[in-house]
Amino acid sequence: MKILVCISHVPDTTSKINFAEDDTKFDTNGVQFVINPNDEFGLTRAMWFKEKQGATVTVVNVGGSETEPTLRKALAIGADEAIRVNAEATDGFFVAKQLARVAEEGSYDLIIAGRESIDYNGGMVPGMLASLTGANFVNTCIGLEVEGNEATATREIDGGKETVKCTLPVIIGGQKGLVEESDLRIPNMRGIMMARKKQLTVLEPAEAQNQTAAVKFEKPAPKGEVKLVSPDNLDELIRLLHDEAKVI
Amino acid sequence: MPILIYTESEEGKFKKTAFEVASYARSLAGQTGDTVTAVAINAKNNSELGRYGVDKVLNVSDDKLSGFNARAYADVIGQAAEKEGAKTVIISSGANDKYLAPVLAVKLNAGYAPNVVALPESMEPFRVKRTAFSNKAFNITEISTDVKLIGLSKNSFGLKEAEGAAAEEAFSPSLDDGDFAVKTTATDKTTGKVTIADAEIVVSGGRGLKGPENWGMIEELADVLGAATACSKPVSDMGWRPHSEHVGQTGKPVASNLYIAVGISGAIQHLAGINASKVKVVINSDPEAPFFKAADYGVVGNAFEVVPALIEKLKEFKAQNS
Repeated sequence: MKILVCISHVPDTTSKINFAEDDTKFDTNGVQFVINPNDEFGLTRAMWFKEKQGATVTVVNVGGSETEPTLRKALAIGADEAIRVNAEATDGFFVAKQLARVAEEGSYDLIIAGRESIDYNGGMVPGMLASLTGANFVNTCIGLEVEGNEATATREIDGGKETVKCTLPVIIGGQKGLVEESDLRIPNMRGIMMARKKQLTVLEPAEAQNQTAAVKFEKPAPKGEVKLVSPDNLDELIRLLHDEAKVI
Repeated sequence: MPILIYTESEEGKFKKTAFEVASYARSLAGQTGDTVTAVAINAKNNSELGRYGVDKVLNVSDDKLSGFNARAYADVIGQAAEKEGAKTVIISSGANDKYLAPVLAVKLNAGYAPNVVALPESMEPFRVKRTAFSNKAFNITEISTDVKLIGLSKNSFGLKEAEGAAAEEAFSPSLDDGDFAVKTTATDKTTGKVTIADAEIVVSGGRGLKGPENWGMIEELADVLGAATACSKPVSDMGWRPHSEHVGQTGKPVASNLYIAVGISGAIQHLAGINASKVKVVINSDPEAPFFKAADYGVVGNAFEVVPALIEKLKEFKAQNS
């Protein structure tokens, strides 16, 4: 089985979010970048397939050279090879177009991407990629098995979960649950050394138009002080929620 | 020219988000002079949409569409948009909408802005405000395509009733077998409980509750309020509660009217998941818990004393106000 894992290079979940250049750009100063958490669950599941069922795992990212440490980390975790499409990931459709070309040229059986990246939260790349390539698509995936040419996936729905089946090739929008958080891997020294020797191919981007642009950013208005209520006066809390906030 | 909206329903009944999307489209149409056409799939009472400003309902009735299917639903909405010549298509930002939206966007060659929280700031160029960075910021997104797809964030715009009645028209899109290539084989859904996605109020517990055996009071508080229950990441990691209740950056987002956090310190990843909630109440014994900085109301106290007392007070309040 040939597996492609799409990796986003995103600010660490604890990052403070600031903007620069008159609030038109994300300020990367002091920000540590990581593999998008939803992608990391997918990468770990791909490693499971590689080890248990036999598979090759390629990771791909659309981004500038600054994203290579993130791809190298994926190689150190155990991916076999990496591809970087050398373009700024400014629009979900543009990214999906780039990934579609990589997917079609590599004839992958299984493509795993995170349900959304934690920076722009577009959640559009896996679905667009599926539409552009014609592959089946399962989103918010929290479990995945592959037998022969058939995938069985569990996906989260409002108030529960459902099981779906489809044939390969399939594109998965993955998230926590695809593997347990305790199963996520930290690269060891051997993995890091081996990753240096693995192939990282840089492709120039395919022709594609952006459909959207992030033109300006704003931070939420500063919040007022919390109103503290004594634990001995919970009637006051109920009064505030009823009369002031009007939520009960 | 009509603005097309997809009005989500479950078991024939419109979800609140359907009326939110209708309200948003009506307000936008008021600015642009457009009309509002809704596409409703297997919904029973389409006349309800007229109360929120819908002019026309395309009524799709097809057993093959009785369960949600992203590709088939996107096909229906896409064909409706093409039939109506709609240049603006508006859906909600719930889990199913986010599943079908990118498929629909490719079909319509439409630029897509999800998690939108306000009417467009400008029409030429088309700019709309949406959340980004897990609700830690907003982003003004410019859509440059002819057809625009907007995903309205839940609870961000509110319901606006309008005068009028919606005309109804039967609509039978042609569905392809390929739409049904992903087959649902089993569904495991908690019935009779409020889901986090639909809840107006969410009651959430954290590590401060010390163990899963103490969740009874969280459930009771939720029962009194008609709320959904949720939890912080460590709680789901330890297996005290299912993953589906984990609220936060890598869990579920919450955009409820009221979020009550009990024994949750307020890690930045948790706050990112609940920022879109309107009113936040924190109950925590640690006055230095970071959550107090993000909360509207707080009680510094032992959850095992405060929550049972609050349940009793709320029961009295309900009895007096029912």
